[in-house]
Amino acid sequence: MAFWILAVLAVASGIAVFVVDSMARATFALLASLIAVGATFLLIDLHYLGALIILMMIMEMLVMAVFMIMFMMNPAGLMPMSMLHNKTGAAVISAAVFALLVAGIFLTDWPDRKGAPPPDPTEALGMSIMGPKMLVMMVIGVAILATMISTVVLATRRGRYDA
Amino acid sequence: MGEVAGLMGGLGVLVAAVALSERNWAGVARGLVVQRRRTLLPDLLLIRLGVVTLPVVAVLAALVLPVGERAVLDLGVGIVWFNAMEVGAWAAVWLAGWGANSVFPLVGGYRFVAQGLAYELPHMFALITVALGAGSLRFGEVVAAQRGLWFVVWMPVAFLVYVISALAMAFWGPMGEPGGAGIAGGVTAELSGPDRLVFLAGRYALLVVAAAAAVPLFLGGGAGPWLPAWAWTAVKTVAVLALFAGIGRRVPAVRMDRFMTFAWMVLIPLSLLQLLVVGIVVM
Repeated sequence: MAFWILAVLAVASGIAVFVVDSMARATFALLASLIAVGATFLLIDLHYLGALIILMMIMEMLVMAVFMIMFMMNPAGLMPMSMLHNKTGAAVISAAVFALLVAGIFLTDWPDRKGAPPPDPTEALGMSIMGPKMLVMMVIGVAILATMISTVVLATRRGRYDA
Repeated sequence: MGEVAGLMGGLGVLVAAVALSERNWAGVARGLVVQRRRTLLPDLLLIRLGVVTLPVVAVLAALVLPVGERAVLDLGVGIVWFNAMEVGAWAAVWLAGWGANSVFPLVGGYRFVAQGLAYELPHMFALITVALGAGSLRFGEVVAAQRGLWFVVWMPVAFLVYVISALAMAFWGPMGEPGGAGIAGGVTAELSGPDRLVFLAGRYALLVVAAAAAVPLFLGGGAGPWLPAWAWTAVKTVAVLALFAGIGRRVPAVRMDRFMTFAWMVLIPLSLLQLLVVGIVVM
């Protein structure tokens, strides 16, 4: 039951992204859709992934809203505008991708379930991602973080009010 | 059902807190009965969404905090859940600021997102440090790991970072510029009537929840002599709130851009060092 409510919510707000005529509403319709997907993960007891999806999507959408409004040159903002561009191309691409995915669902030879869910899915997830390569993963993680921070530092030009 | 009763009581206290902060109960009464003021062409849907989301995320974040022995929702990944819910405030504040179609709320909304980008990474590292020290993301086990020594003693930097980010999260005190007097109330400038009451209650709820979360994270949860665990949790929460209030009274407002520099140049390296030290100790 909860699954169907979330599924309808996810699809409906996904459609709303293309129906509404405001950038802010489109962004938050997309956020609603993605949160519904995150909540579906909570339903199947993947609490870590579910909470993480919700966390990441809220931050992502807010950053996206800032950039989108910045680049659309509509800073004061509530002017209605169409959210649709390149309608024919978009329709063709999305229909093709949809057909491909549906075909995939029916043509795949789904394996039978083996074993039971692990007692702690979070730990199992960590082990399957990192497992014996923990050291490598940690080093890569720190390297990525250092790259991010130094990119930001290099890209920042001091504003007029900074010393 | 004791926990649910506690939550309800907490919400009652929050309305009282708004009353005190607005200087009088008449402020609350006004919030309940006064007709809303409207700006020209507001996005009412988004304003309402933002106003309602703020208290909702505060309560959802509070669900995983143990009051004494047990939490309402004892989740295995409680710390991640707490983090995810409290980030919901970003959406709430930005929506309320955007929807009014007015300059100062818009500026306030953007200030809060900027503040969020500054505080969130050090905040996450502080939470990760605690989880690493306890070897668990479950609040109950974090409390259990502090039987010998409270985390505030051997992770002082993480605690400091947490206090700063908690103030920034609830945009209160020195971090209150998104709703500050300098921009005529910022996000709250155009909110009136019940909208204003609910939004401010949500903001105080967030501040109280942030203070309450410091108790299981750093202050040993309900541990303490003589009194039962729930009483110690309450006493410690009030103590942290008093600390927040003291900082709010004494420290001047912090500008976002300066805080951004400070957060990325000082707080992130410091919290990473703290993480390294805790990692070595745990190993």
